[in-house]
Amino acid sequence: MTGKDVREAIISILVDIAPDEDVSSINDQDNLRDQIDLDSMDFLDIVMELRKRFNIEVPEKDYGQLATMASCVTYLEPLLKDRQLAG
Amino acid sequence: MAGYDTIIIGAGLSGLAAGIRLAHFDKKVCVVEKHIEVGGLNSFYVRKNRTFDVGLHAMTNYTPKGDRRSPLGKLLKQLRFKHEDFQLCPQQMSEIRFPEKSLNFTNDFEFLKQEVAQQFPHQIDGFLKLVQKIETFDELSLAGDTKTSALGVLQEFVSDPLLIDMLCCPIMYYGNARERDMDFYQFVIMFKSIFMEGFAKPLKGMHFLLSLLVERYKSLGGELRMGAEVESIDADKGKVRSVTLKGGECLKAQTVISSMGTVETLRRCRPEQVQQETWPVGQLSFMESIFVLDREPKELGYDKSIVFFSTQQKFEYRVPDRLIDVTSGVLCCPNNFNYPTPLAEGMLRLTNLASARLWNEPSRREYIQAKKDCRAEALEALHTFFPDFRDSVVFLDTFTPKTIHKYTGHLNGAVYGSPRKIKNGTTPVENLFICGTDQGFLGIVGATLSGISMANFHVLQKAVES
Repeated sequence: MTGKDVREAIISILVDIAPDEDVSSINDQDNLRDQIDLDSMDFLDIVMELRKRFNIEVPEKDYGQLATMASCVTYLEPLLKDRQLAG
Repeated sequence: MAGYDTIIIGAGLSGLAAGIRLAHFDKKVCVVEKHIEVGGLNSFYVRKNRTFDVGLHAMTNYTPKGDRRSPLGKLLKQLRFKHEDFQLCPQQMSEIRFPEKSLNFTNDFEFLKQEVAQQFPHQIDGFLKLVQKIETFDELSLAGDTKTSALGVLQEFVSDPLLIDMLCCPIMYYGNARERDMDFYQFVIMFKSIFMEGFAKPLKGMHFLLSLLVERYKSLGGELRMGAEVESIDADKGKVRSVTLKGGECLKAQTVISSMGTVETLRRCRPEQVQQETWPVGQLSFMESIFVLDREPKELGYDKSIVFFSTQQKFEYRVPDRLIDVTSGVLCCPNNFNYPTPLAEGMLRLTNLASARLWNEPSRREYIQAKKDCRAEALEALHTFFPDFRDSVVFLDTFTPKTIHKYTGHLNGAVYGSPRKIKNGTTPVENLFICGTDQGFLGIVGATLSGISMANFHVLQKAVES
């Protein structure tokens, strides 16, 4: 997966969790929680969807790395580099 | 034998919701249900080609599409449904009717505030302060105090006992497992769900909503076993190893989530759990009559979606010392919801408090006669307050605490379960958890969220943390 693919994978998770939100306008540098309405339940879902879809574990100490889209991509890209973006 | 990650007891809303969450995240899960229909307390039945919903008259917690922080919004996103999947039809207007005063309310909370200001001008400031306290209260927290008296808090803000009774009438009828008073956090759950959010009915009834959940659950690989009654929950050294069904089949499980009710669950544990003897059993139950009419209820003067009434100034929410208490009740008119096309037939549902103990006494023949007598008595009392509709009835049916016990397994037919709730769902058995009514989230949305929360908290979150 390239950085672009990783971004797409995260978007696809967000669309699943927040089907009513407009994800096309997400600004990568800003806090995700400020842009789409994510609570702690949603956050758990993002972590679990990553686990379900890509079999990667995000330990609790790293949750901060998932704050913005840019930081998500930076954090997840090395973990996902050998994966294909599933259709 | 490999067994299941989780066995869920009961295919009501909470059990199915827990099942969906777990199956979605690839857990091996089995829901066991003793009946041949799903739904538990909120289900449906068929008589003479008509399908009737039972359980709550309507869904509380209705919020429009886009509100993702509301309980309904949370439920939808957690189960990955769209708002329109549920096809919810909001109420028109409901009413709290007492001898001297009446308060109307809609799904717009501002409307009720105006009603209170008009009907109780001296109480509006206190009422608004109460609302402020309710707004900032985190009633869905899984921790925290459950012992604060709702009446105590109400009296701090509202000095007119009539307004207190009028506010309590719908709230207690729609979710209070305790007589006379209520735990404040439960009052907050119900206040928000009825007054600040609102009522709706699914377009095609509970049957449709339940089918939606069952289909989703199965499509995720969840197993559903109908007609599978639990004989025992086998808890060796404080830990469940398996669940044995009537007939002897033994299902192994890492975790068990039970929606049967706390005492009902503990009673099935082998070896027995001593706590079951001291755990309070719910007492509050209802008699309900369903009337199918030959015309629209509006033509007969029934223009509200739901009316909560008391024919006496003092509203008393308690187990009656007779079969039923006709001095208060709830009258629901399913036709008066905003359906895209009118329902095929007019219908009214009348609910009164009832005594499970007294309903268990009569013989079969006396029981049938008692149902007729009580129904007639309830109508007599109702018609001192509402227009007479008896000449328009084309079909009627009545159920009692006995019926509720038979179909839900709740002791005493206690619709809202035990007065003691376990917010975090834990039991004396390490890997056995409670969801549904006795966990303490109320109503259709509440029950569903209860299943979701327990699955998240006790299974999914643990998997992430370990």
